[in-house]
Amino acid sequence: MRVVIAEDLALLRDGLIRLLTAHDFEVVEAVDNGPSLLRALTTHRPDVAVVDVRLPPTFTDEGLQAAIQARTMVPGLPVLVLSQYVEPLYARELLSDRNGGVGYLLKDRVSNIGQFLDAVRRVGAGGTAMDPEVISQLLARHASNEPLSQLTPREREVLGLMAEGRSNAAIAGRLFITEKAVSKHTNNIFGKLGLPPSEDDNRRVLAVLAYLNA
Amino acid sequence: MSTRARRTGRFRLLVSALAVSALSLAGLALLLLVAVATLLIPVWVGLPLLLGAVALLRGFAGLHRARAAALLGVAVERPYRPAPGGGWIARVRAVASDPATWRDLAWVLVNATAGTALRLLSVALLVVALAGLAFPAIWPGLAPGTDLGYLGVVRVTDQTSANLVAVEGLLVLLSWWWAAPGLLRADAWLTRWLLAPTERARLANRVRQLAETRAETVDTQAAELRRIERDLHDGVQARLVALGMSLGMADELARDDPDATRELLAEARQSTSQALAELRDVVRGIHPPVLADRGLDGAVRALALSSPLPTEVQIDLPGRLPAPVESAAYFAVAETLGNVIKHSQATRSWVRLRHAEGKLAMVVGDDGRGGADPSDGTGLRGIERRLAAFDGTLLVTSPPGGPTIVTMELPCELSSPKTSPSSGTG
Repeated sequence: MRVVIAEDLALLRDGLIRLLTAHDFEVVEAVDNGPSLLRALTTHRPDVAVVDVRLPPTFTDEGLQAAIQARTMVPGLPVLVLSQYVEPLYARELLSDRNGGVGYLLKDRVSNIGQFLDAVRRVGAGGTAMDPEVISQLLARHASNEPLSQLTPREREVLGLMAEGRSNAAIAGRLFITEKAVSKHTNNIFGKLGLPPSEDDNRRVLAVLAYLNA
Repeated sequence: MSTRARRTGRFRLLVSALAVSALSLAGLALLLLVAVATLLIPVWVGLPLLLGAVALLRGFAGLHRARAAALLGVAVERPYRPAPGGGWIARVRAVASDPATWRDLAWVLVNATAGTALRLLSVALLVVALAGLAFPAIWPGLAPGTDLGYLGVVRVTDQTSANLVAVEGLLVLLSWWWAAPGLLRADAWLTRWLLAPTERARLANRVRQLAETRAETVDTQAAELRRIERDLHDGVQARLVALGMSLGMADELARDDPDATRELLAEARQSTSQALAELRDVVRGIHPPVLADRGLDGAVRALALSSPLPTEVQIDLPGRLPAPVESAAYFAVAETLGNVIKHSQATRSWVRLRHAEGKLAMVVGDDGRGGADPSDGTGLRGIERRLAAFDGTLLVTSPPGGPTIVTMELPCELSSPKTSPSSGTG
């Protein structure tokens, strides 16, 4: 997979390049500021981009803005955004074009290399990777809502993992249950929340996130 | 305003002028009470009596301040120094040494004399005018040969000259119409002159208030720094020490026991995650990153989005606020929303932010059980203190049964027009 990296701290940038190169990704460009990121994304059109939210020149949410802008020019351009903190507001903005191929993770998730690489590949394949902290904040927000409070604890667990962007197989592996059991749970969840059923993993994730973001 | 409304306005002024003039006698009675109480001080009972009389006098003056403010369309502030605690004597001394007390007493006299003269003049003009207008009807009823001498500039001898008196009455009526509001405003101005704080009192009050808020700000900041120090010490620092230990042990075991090493490394990784999570919390408490990124607008939207209560947000801020104000405003809204979640049992809340006339107005409301009291909840008091450092104010209306509405205002200027694009979602 061809990757563009945007990270202003040299230490972290080099770490990411080393990590991704060691796992058969091709880093086509690594930039350290917002305007260069926008240019790199639109000229290289990488298979996936790994982007830090806070970049020069403003040191605010430059990276996020560049990613969103690039996705309006190249719809569905896969972008995985990394940040020292997560805001559901930013997740909502990333997801608002409903094209998929987005990720939003805390920076320290990189230290779990297997899961991080899985997230990069998932986003590259048009899937979603949302940080568990974003999902738990979204779920807390809906805690007292009618349909969500009707879910069983196991269904809530499945819903959380699904919202993070995981496939049925991954959820099954995570919860030590069969894939069939997972799809039974997801059918129940979709029924209770009144969402249209879908066999496509990505579409299902986007529906759940749209529901939680409403 | 329609003519009718203005006319009723004038007649209402007339009625209130009469009422206030009658009331001015009550003011004289209070003056007398103060004098008697002062004479009774040697037999102790004068002390409470004097304090009571002064309190009544201040209430009485307060009514007139409100009246003057309504007539003049400007605020007339209370000039009094804050009451000290302590015994009767200390309190009487404080009252006696407050120039505002003496100005109140002087005002009672001026109000009963010059004030009453101005008010009655406005009434008298109307009475004379009406009498003049009625005169042609009265004249035939008078005994023939009656000589009333000059009525105004007309000597009345027959019906024709009696009719001229009516013309005079009309002129007086016109002059009443024209002059009455001015006369009553002059009265209100007189009241304001004596009852509003003098420049000196205003400045003294301001200095005292600034000294108080500064002391509170310094205290609050010192407490914040202590809290941050403690959080770092107990959290991140401890985690890093543990991390160092895990790595050290892993180093020792690396050759002999790869399984134990792997376990220690996994532990170390978990420590870094926890240390980062704790650092994030500390940073959020100092200055939330989303506030730095998006300003108050985005930060409050993010707050509403992560609140467990459905929270509706309406923001009208055409620019960004100065950074310190932005931070104070954010924490005020965040803490108020936190209070709503903790105490109100509400099912929904809303936030409105607006900047107008050099002030940022922040209103937070909920549909909860009400009964919030800023004087007993330390939360609301803390918010009030935070705002006071910027001359901001906090007002709570929270009847039992709700709803609770907290209105906060911060005087400030918008610094620059918005530069970062803000999404319409919220």
